[in-house]
Order: sequence, then C-alpha cells, then structure tokens
Amino acid sequence: MQQIILDKLQPIFREVFDTPNLEIERSSSADTVAGWDSYAHINLIMAIEREFNIRFGLGELDQLTNVGELVDLMESKLNRPR
Amino acid sequence: MQTDIARLLTRPFDVSKILSKRRQIRHVLQNAGKHTEVRLAILGGSTTSELVDILELFLLKEGIQPVFYQSEFGRFYEDAVVDNAALRKFKPEVVLVHTTARNLQHIPEAGESGESVEHKLDLEFERFHSIWTCLQKEIGCLVIQNNFEPFPQRPLGNLDSVAAFGKNNFICRLNLRLAEHARKMSSWLLINDINYLAAQVGLGEWCEERYWYSYKLALSPTANVALAHNLTKILRAAFGKSRKVLVLDLDNTLWGGVIGDDGLQNLRLGNEAPEGEAFVAFQRYCLELKSQGVLLAVCSKNDLVTAQEGFTHPDSLLKLDDFAAFQANWEPKHENLVRIADSLNLGLESLVFVDDNPAEREIVSAQLEAVAVPDVGSDISRFAEIIDGEGYFEAVHISAEDIARAGLYQANAKREVSLGKFRSYDEYLLSLEMEAEIDVFNDYYLDRIAQLTNKTNQFNLTTTRYTAANLRHIAAAAGYVSLYGRLKDKFSDHGLISVVLGEVKERELHVLLWLMSCRVLKRGMEHAMLDALVAQCQNKGITGIYGRYLRTAKNGMVAKHYEEMGFECVSQSEQESTWRLDLSRGYENRNRFIQITSYATDHTRQVTADLPGSF
Repeated sequence: MQQIILDKLQPIFREVFDTPNLEIERSSSADTVAGWDSYAHINLIMAIEREFNIRFGLGELDQLTNVGELVDLMESKLNRPR
Repeated sequence: MQTDIARLLTRPFDVSKILSKRRQIRHVLQNAGKHTEVRLAILGGSTTSELVDILELFLLKEGIQPVFYQSEFGRFYEDAVVDNAALRKFKPEVVLVHTTARNLQHIPEAGESGESVEHKLDLEFERFHSIWTCLQKEIGCLVIQNNFEPFPQRPLGNLDSVAAFGKNNFICRLNLRLAEHARKMSSWLLINDINYLAAQVGLGEWCEERYWYSYKLALSPTANVALAHNLTKILRAAFGKSRKVLVLDLDNTLWGGVIGDDGLQNLRLGNEAPEGEAFVAFQRYCLELKSQGVLLAVCSKNDLVTAQEGFTHPDSLLKLDDFAAFQANWEPKHENLVRIADSLNLGLESLVFVDDNPAEREIVSAQLEAVAVPDVGSDISRFAEIIDGEGYFEAVHISAEDIARAGLYQANAKREVSLGKFRSYDEYLLSLEMEAEIDVFNDYYLDRIAQLTNKTNQFNLTTTRYTAANLRHIAAAAGYVSLYGRLKDKFSDHGLISVVLGEVKERELHVLLWLMSCRVLKRGMEHAMLDALVAQCQNKGITGIYGRYLRTAKNGMVAKHYEEMGFECVSQSEQESTWRLDLSRGYENRNRFIQITSYATDHTRQVTADLPGSF
C-alpha cells in the first residue's frame, strides 16, 4: 500500500515541481527537493487532495518532516472508510 | 493542442484539469506566437501565488505575457501607502488591489447605532481611498480594486440585509461607495466586481475555510479560476483587446425554423410559445449589446431577399437597420466573415461568431483562428448566458490611449498558420467523417420522406408534394426507382435529409423528385445520391436519366443542379429545363467524402425489434 501511494505521488511531485525526472523517496523532504517553498507546498497538498480524493485536517500536516510520514498519514486516511 | 487549451480556458471550467495541467498549458501558450509584456503588481490581502499562476494562463491566451510583482502576504496597504519603494522600482502598468471582505477592519456589530456604522463606512472607504490615491500619484498606473463579496455567515439571518448594522448591508453600501468613486476616477480606477463573481460561483463554493486557516487563501480553487478569468476580461478591455462585432447566423439562431423552407409565417418567434419566447429574449440580449456600442452583423446561408424578409416578422425585435453588415448567400461562412470584417474596416480579432450549427462553428474556428466562436450549443435558452460569460465585449470607460504606451499594444504579428487549419474545403469535408445511409424506400421511413417532400422548398428540383399513402404505393409498385439518404458526421446525425424518386419508361429513368435539406448543403451529399441512383439504374439496364427543373420562388439555388451533376441540356426556358445523363458510355462515381452504407448494414440487428414508425 505504501509503495502504491509513493508510486502515485511521483507524477504529482514531478508536475508540481516541474521536474520530469524527479525521484522522490520516503526520506525526501523540503530540504532535499529543490523548490519546495510554501507556494509549492500549497500546490502539492491541493493536488494530492484532488488526485487521491482525501482531505487533510487543520494542523495534520504541521508535524510531518518527510515524504515517508506524509505517505503514512495518507495510508491511514485511505484505509479509513469514507 | 492549442484549441484544446483554448477550450480548457473557456467556461464552464474544468478546474481540476486546469490545475493539474497548468504547467503544460503555460508551456504551450508561451510558445504560441508573440506576446505583449504587461507589468502587473498584485497587492494582496491573502496569498496571491495561486491567483498569479492561473491568471498568467488566461492572459497568455489573450496574447499578454504578464510580469508579476506580489506584495508580501497581507501588506497591500503598506506596499501602496507607507513603504512603496520596491513597488515603484517595479514600475507596474497595472496594480490590482486584491482584497476581500476578510480584509475589512471596521465591521459593524449588532445593535450599533446608525451613526457609528456610517463612521465605520467612512473609515473603511478612506483606507482604500488612500491606497488608490497613493498609487495614482506616486506610480501613475491603472488601478484595479476588488469590491467586496458577501459574508457567508449572517448570524442576524435575513435581518442582516435590513439592519443598518447588518454586515452584508454594510458590504452593499461600501460597494456603492467604491462604485461612485470609480465612476469619477474612471480614467485610472476600475472595479473587479467580485460581489457578482461570488454570487455566480456561489457563496458556498467561493471560499474553502480550511485553506484560509492553513494557507491564507481567500478563494477556493473554483473561485480563483473565476476571478482570474474575470480579471482577464478587464485587462483585455483596458488594453483595447475587447471585441467589437457580434456576427449572427439566422435560422435557429435568431428565430426557430428555416425561413427558406418553413416560410416567414411559420418561424418560431414570439412569446406565445416557449421556444419563440427564448428567441425573442436572445434578440433582446443582442439589442442590449448594440445599445452599448457593439456592432451587429448577419452571416447566413440563405438567399439575401429571404434572409432580409425574416426581420419583417412582427415579433422580431431586431430590424434590418440594426445590422452594420449583412451577408446572406451560399458562400462558405468563413469567407463571408472576412467580408464583414473588411466592410467594417476591422480585424478578424474584433469578431464573435454565433451559430447554432456545430459544423459551421468548426470550420470558422479552424479557418479563422482570430474569430471568437463560442460553443453556444443548440439550446437557444443558453446562448446569451454563454456569450455573456466570456465577456467578449467588456468595456472600460477609458480610451486605450490613456494607458497604452506607444506601440505596446499593437496587435500581434500574424500568428503562424495553426496546424488545425484546413488547407482546403476538401480537407474540411474529409475531417467531418461523414457517413451516409442510402437505400430504396422502406416502410419505416415513408412518413419522414413524405414530410420532407412537403416542407423542402429550396433544394427541390420539382417541388412535387407526396403523401405517405402515395409513397407507399410507389414503393410497392414496379417501374420506379426510389432512394432516400441519411447523413451523419462526427458532430451530429442529420437524419433523413435527401430523397430521389424516378419513374422508368422505356429503359430511361425520369426523375420526378430530387430534394435535399439545406442543413447539409455543400457536403457532397448530392454526388452520393447520384452515384446510388446510377447504380440502381445500371442494375435495371437503364441507359439514360432525365431530370427536370421547375422554377419556383424559392428553388433558385438548384437552377444549375443538373448541369453541375454532369447532365446535358435537352431543353431550357425561363420556367423550366430538362436534362439528360447518358449512362451508355459508363459512369464514374462522384462522391469522394462520404462513406456509404445501406439500410441492411445499418439496421439488420435492430430492424426486427423496432416497431414501424419508431424512427
């Protein structure tokens, strides 16, 4: 499941950061991905919500430090019956 | 590709698609032709990056490449009034003060006195007034100010609109103050009417609260796209890029029905019937545009006299002298549009073309990229809404010269011929992917065939009328050749649109009836019908086909029909002519554009299940 989420995230990251060969991993973060500023962050989160049909609650993203933790959070949302 | 993108940036918007494809859209538009650079500063009361991103796409589509300055979040007042060195250095041509009701500081409270609320109104107005004045004095640019949208929550309920301390009552009054001032300062201050926009988008859709709390975005993605589109209309108008001429088709656009076939008295126009009322309403919308300076023109496939007669209809609000140009003939519409633009001494980029027929819209937009061709569909009740939503004719009460630096806004050099453009009419016909079902009469179609013989007046060689009973007899009798044709293309199924009927006498066929609906003129359908007719004749050992033309008041367009089909003239007078096609020397098929099927191939599977008359 986590790998599936990560694979589906690849094209979204490439689109948002406008980098066709970008490879993200669980350890990727704002420090390792060029251009991950607050604007790109808004873009990214809105795109993920749109593509995965999930919603992040207020403050849910504040404590995350890397893509791996984002994937974990997404997995818990996707597993929850909607 | 470019037309797909143009469609994406046209209402109704597919917001997720625009958002997910935005980079691709930008690349394509930036590589399409030259753009005029415009320096645009956005002083935001909320996060402006999303707006900038989407606004750029809409402006690129209009040939404008924006260069943006964005204030830090919420510093719209400071950037304009207190600390504007950076903004001055940027030298904006336009400043947008992008604020919303969230940025108001003096909001009335329940129970507050009228006097006190009035004071708050003054304070709020003065705050914005000082922003505009500073921008005007110190930078000298065009200023666009958002007015204010209603608050979505109203604890006072309906009283909120009545009480002097009602928050939305306050918004209404503040907006009127803004409008009053903008009227006085119309040479440099314009209002971006987000109050209307929020109503159009829907207050529930206008803002996504969690995006405000998380990212200080005042607009939902949907509202953001709507606002970018609306701003583009204002900027287009400010830079003299608004359109000037509304070019209208006639049949089923300004009235219901086909005047050449149905006749003036049978047109559906007038408030007695729903459809007639909708056509009157659309005419009224056209007149409203005219009264604000938009030129009206007609581009119709009709005889000129017949077309003009339509405006003598008692319920027609539009009269002949409302039109600045009038092209009614049988030439392709894209050629007539060029004539209209020439006669008005305007460029094609000034035209908006409205036609209920998707095939006409397709060829015009392919041949004349500069002409705006809204997809109005075929439901007359929606035409005005669709045209209005695009804001083609938006005006500002300033002359373009006031703000246009010399040479800056000259029209783009002619764009490279787009790949989508057809190189010839033949290529256009091929692109329609036409398919015709041509076969001998059968019971299922007799009613429709009879109907067609009784209402077709223009493309009708003999104008002989038949009843379904006549036709049933003919279909069953030996000694006749009878054919009907149905035509469809990639846009629509035109249904049964052509009939040819002939009687066999001594190994010669005498054509009694040849007709075709004007909906499918210039598609080559008459060639396909002749091919099928000849094939039938050859099977029966017939050596020649006689055709007659009997002139009526309405069928002038087919006077040369047989000549064009390669028949030789036998006799000719003012009122009628007789022609013959010799089959003894062989025949080569004429149809090149339509794929032919027969009744059997199209219907074998359904035919047993369908009841007679169900077509």
